[in-house]
Amino acid sequence: MADATAPFRPDSSGGRNKRVGLTLAGVAVAMVGLAFASVPLYQLFCQVTGFGGTPQVAAENPKGVIAREMKVRFDVNVERALPWTVKAAAPVTDRIGTVDTVNYIATNNSDKPITGQAIFNVVPDKAGVYFNKIECFCFTEQTLQPGETVEMPIVFFVDPDLDDNHELATIKEITLSYTFYASDSEGS
Amino acid sequence: MANTANLEAHATGHAGHDHHTPTGWRRWVYSTNHKDIGIMYLVFSIVAGVIGGLLSGLMRLELQEPGIQIFHGLAAMAYGLEGDAALDGGKHMFNVFVSAHALIMVFFTVMPATMGGFANYFAPLMIGAPDTAFPRINNIAFWLLPPALLLTILSMFFEGPAGALGFGGGWTAYPPLSTSGHPGPATDFVIFSLHVAGVSSILGAINLITTILNMRAPGMTLHKMPLFAWSVLVTAFLLLLALPVLAGAITMMLTDRNFGTTFFAPEGGGDPVLYQHLFWFFGHPEVYIMILPGFGIISHIVATFSRKPVFGYMAMAYAMVAIGFVGFVVWAHHMYTTGLSLDVQRYFVAATMVIAVPTGVKIFSWIATMWGGSITFRVPMLWAIGFIFLFTVGGVTGVVLANAGADRALHDTYYVVAHFHYVLSLGAVFSIFAGWYYWFPKMFGYMYNEFLGKLHFWVMFIGVNLIFFPQHFLGLAGMPRRYVDYPDAFALWNRVSSIGYYITFVAMIIFFYATWEAVRKKRLAGDNPWGDGATTLEWTLSSPPPFHQFSTLPKIESRDAH
Repeated sequence: MADATAPFRPDSSGGRNKRVGLTLAGVAVAMVGLAFASVPLYQLFCQVTGFGGTPQVAAENPKGVIAREMKVRFDVNVERALPWTVKAAAPVTDRIGTVDTVNYIATNNSDKPITGQAIFNVVPDKAGVYFNKIECFCFTEQTLQPGETVEMPIVFFVDPDLDDNHELATIKEITLSYTFYASDSEGS
Repeated sequence: MANTANLEAHATGHAGHDHHTPTGWRRWVYSTNHKDIGIMYLVFSIVAGVIGGLLSGLMRLELQEPGIQIFHGLAAMAYGLEGDAALDGGKHMFNVFVSAHALIMVFFTVMPATMGGFANYFAPLMIGAPDTAFPRINNIAFWLLPPALLLTILSMFFEGPAGALGFGGGWTAYPPLSTSGHPGPATDFVIFSLHVAGVSSILGAINLITTILNMRAPGMTLHKMPLFAWSVLVTAFLLLLALPVLAGAITMMLTDRNFGTTFFAPEGGGDPVLYQHLFWFFGHPEVYIMILPGFGIISHIVATFSRKPVFGYMAMAYAMVAIGFVGFVVWAHHMYTTGLSLDVQRYFVAATMVIAVPTGVKIFSWIATMWGGSITFRVPMLWAIGFIFLFTVGGVTGVVLANAGADRALHDTYYVVAHFHYVLSLGAVFSIFAGWYYWFPKMFGYMYNEFLGKLHFWVMFIGVNLIFFPQHFLGLAGMPRRYVDYPDAFALWNRVSSIGYYITFVAMIIFFYATWEAVRKKRLAGDNPWGDGATTLEWTLSSPPPFHQFSTLPKIESRDAH
């Protein structure tokens, strides 16, 4: 910008202005980049910390079973565009740390094969980090043939460390909720 | 700035062709002059403020009585609907007005007035610079704003939700209401409008930061720089760091809406709450962007009319820096109800309350500046004291809302509406009027009528307090914001609030009359109408200042620049 429109500036400050201006523009661009970088970072953050009720994935329960009992309830919602009927499993009450298996039952009510996927969440949010799933249909897409009914198993346990969290001292019940979507859904 | 001699030689060498003044429309449209651009920003802000104010007037008219009085009629006129359809259209239209009022007031009234108008006009004058660092970027930054405003206004006339016009998702534009809830193009107009306005503000910020860092007069160190220039510097950094994040967030929303991405859609692995985090990472600094330049203006006015240097200059400057820093780490206090864990809430409560400390430093320093001063209650001083009072009221309710426990009950009620209007609509706007009357003689060379200025102040002070103070009661009683109708129990204070609007409307008529009267009567103001208290460099120039100033740079000796 150091041209005839700015005659009062010392010659050297044209270069200095350009340098500062470009640096600042770089900061602005970096902040846009940070906004987009926050998407994977946020996902990572939720998975690691169970923030917002993101359940954990585990291979087995290495920590044993404790005396405190916890009731786990199951819930299901199906997106309107997906012609499935899904029945949630019955509540399970067990000592914390016990590995349990439950089944959801899904039926495709339409006359063509449909692929669906479930997303999941735990309430209370704070319990997400202690809710471990060893096996779950939600990890993969499911294709149901016309009229087909399948059992969808979940193998899970509640981490005994939950007992050490004073924020959850009064919690007697955890709800695991699934929402089923048609996986070819456009997303909007 | 070691090479002053070089500079003077340079300036003299060009004097021949540099002092021609462009005339007519070219002077404004092609303008690279920071003072002309500042005036254009102020005019733009006034125009946008009138539009935003009229929108809120229709809202107050509707809320004056329980039931739906006028919006079904407006919907019938605008959409050609009848019966129940007109009623539904009217309800949506109310939300559209709420959203447009907020966007226009935030992006096209307050920001152009403070960071556009006063910052462009007076920051270079106060630091003894001939112009800004990038005059052409300054021109672009201004001329991006009218199309941005146009896009926001146009959005009201395009389909939002199926069968209704306009975007009704509030200025926060949370998904999924702003994505799957508004399939029509209205939301895209709003997104583009914010993109354009954002680019404008970022360019303006780059220009002002470079100007303040590189072009201060010889001898003016950062620690001798007037507080308004400090406030502009801090605010420009906030703009530079916060607005790109908004741009990123609304770009994600745009691709979610139009190109099948799922940043904020759970069915594709996204999370709508992520948008709220991104939005408020921008949104919270944004409220400081609106108020910080006002802090700077008020400091000068209080010092000028107390005939004392401002109390605690260094503390005042660094309080603004501290507010800027802390402002970036408190965003989730807007999100206490989104299921944050207790520990996260505890942090945000504590961090938010910390902001009361530097803010308190500023309030007490203004009072200490007045203490023992030889105070004259001229019009700018009235506005400045009004600002201090109103901002303190808004600040106190802010500390109440900072508590997650209290916020759980008050979230999205009229208590919040009252709070942010006290700090912004009254705080920021009073600082703008304070600056307007303080610098009016400098900008236009004419003195306004003292009586009209005082009348404007008192009528507006009574009016805005009548509008917003009762809204605290409504909020505490549980009236939610953004509703077109309410139960009878809320009728009394809503009526009082609407009466307050009419009084404020009269105040605005007085404002326009006072401005017109001052320009018509042409009472010459002289270089410095405020006397010994006005010590900053703009008062050493003629009123209005010459087209190009400081062709010989002023030298700042050891005297206090503030």
